[in-house]
Amino acid sequence: MDGFLIRARGLVAGYAAPVAGPLDFELRRGEILGLAGPNGAGKSTLLKALWGGVRVFGGTVEKAPGLAISHQAQGFDDLRGIPLTGRELLRLTGATTDGLPAWLSGRLDERLDRLSGGQLQFLRLWACLAAPADLILLDEPTNNLDKAGVAFLSDWLGHAHAAQGIVIVSHDHSFIDQVCTRVVNVGEESPA
Amino acid sequence: MSFDLLFDPLFRVPFFTGLLLAGLLPLVGMYLRLRDEWLAALAFAQMASAGALLAMVADWPMIAGGLLAAVVAALVKGVAARAGAGAYVLMMLLAWGAGVLLVANHPLAEQAGHALFDGQLYFTGEGHLVAAALAVAVIVPLLAWLSRPLLLARFFPEFYRARGRNERPRLMLFDLLASLAVALATVSLGVMAAFALVFVPPLLACRFGRGWRSGLVLSAVIGMAGYCVAFAVSLGFDQPFGPVCAVLFVVLVLVMGVKSDRM
Repeated sequence: MDGFLIRARGLVAGYAAPVAGPLDFELRRGEILGLAGPNGAGKSTLLKALWGGVRVFGGTVEKAPGLAISHQAQGFDDLRGIPLTGRELLRLTGATTDGLPAWLSGRLDERLDRLSGGQLQFLRLWACLAAPADLILLDEPTNNLDKAGVAFLSDWLGHAHAAQGIVIVSHDHSFIDQVCTRVVNVGEESPA
Repeated sequence: MSFDLLFDPLFRVPFFTGLLLAGLLPLVGMYLRLRDEWLAALAFAQMASAGALLAMVADWPMIAGGLLAAVVAALVKGVAARAGAGAYVLMMLLAWGAGVLLVANHPLAEQAGHALFDGQLYFTGEGHLVAAALAVAVIVPLLAWLSRPLLLARFFPEFYRARGRNERPRLMLFDLLASLAVALATVSLGVMAAFALVFVPPLLACRFGRGWRSGLVLSAVIGMAGYCVAFAVSLGFDQPFGPVCAVLFVVLVLVMGVKSDRM
């Protein structure tokens, strides 16, 4: 497989009809690829197409054999009334608690609906970041994060993650430019 | 009013049958609430009661008819997953209509119908007790095994698909287990008592539980404690068990002050 984790060639994706693409890229371990572009360009759709979450209308997605993908999607259900703790949430995805910021690690045994929106979003993000996976897909990870959360995430992504590849979708160009090793702009061409 | 009957050996089998189910149903209810599918329990219960009545008219064992109807309900729920609550309501209406028509037109079904709708726990026999013990022995370990997939399906719905795995068979297995547990409870405790045990203890446990595991334990404890009180009150005051159980659990919700937006 040429050493790559995932390779997209002319990828066009959508739901009932194609809404995004074409997209071409190749990702290797240790790389952080940013998918940038304006709102509505189809970045999230293309991200989902990488693991089969939406319909692929054209092109190909090749994955390394046995590739384990962790996907952090946008949005979160209403958590009121579900008595799940942060520690239990992380255990679900197999995410380690090592490396969590101090402002969150002390609150892991509290129910999720007792946390602030920023803390909850970071915890959810961490459940994907720290889960056993070769490829991590992050969809607008800075949404709903407070400044401390964005700073910690940027710092964490800035450290070497030689064993993993990461693809990030964000409309925040400064964040993309800061953390990604390479950027692909989406929405510059119409779907084929 | 006499509480001497509580210690009568005649009521031991019904008591322990109900106690086992009162521990099991809240656990099932916790996962139904997690999936926002608690209304499905009422559909399962109605289908089971109609199936039990149909079985009686056909001279089959009622418990078999109830369980078979519950399996059908679980399959319908799986097939009509996109219809969501609409499918449950249609099943409820169909089962209720069929059940009442059977009671109205078959003398044999009348007494059984009252037992199912009123919740006359005291008519349960050793067959129910054995079935309840088997259900607990089989369903509790399977629920423990299904717990992670069910939680993941709620909090990270794409988790398995992103890893190239299909979570659907496990979710369907849960539907089947839930329907069987509710069906068994329906033919033992009655429709609304079974539903009350699925709905109320998880509601309180979700409000007051400190985590998922402690919520499960709390839910089972509330279910069994509430059941014991309902059993004693209904026997002591010579009242049908189902309504006493349902009213007691509603009073408990009101006393505990669960906010309406948390129901």
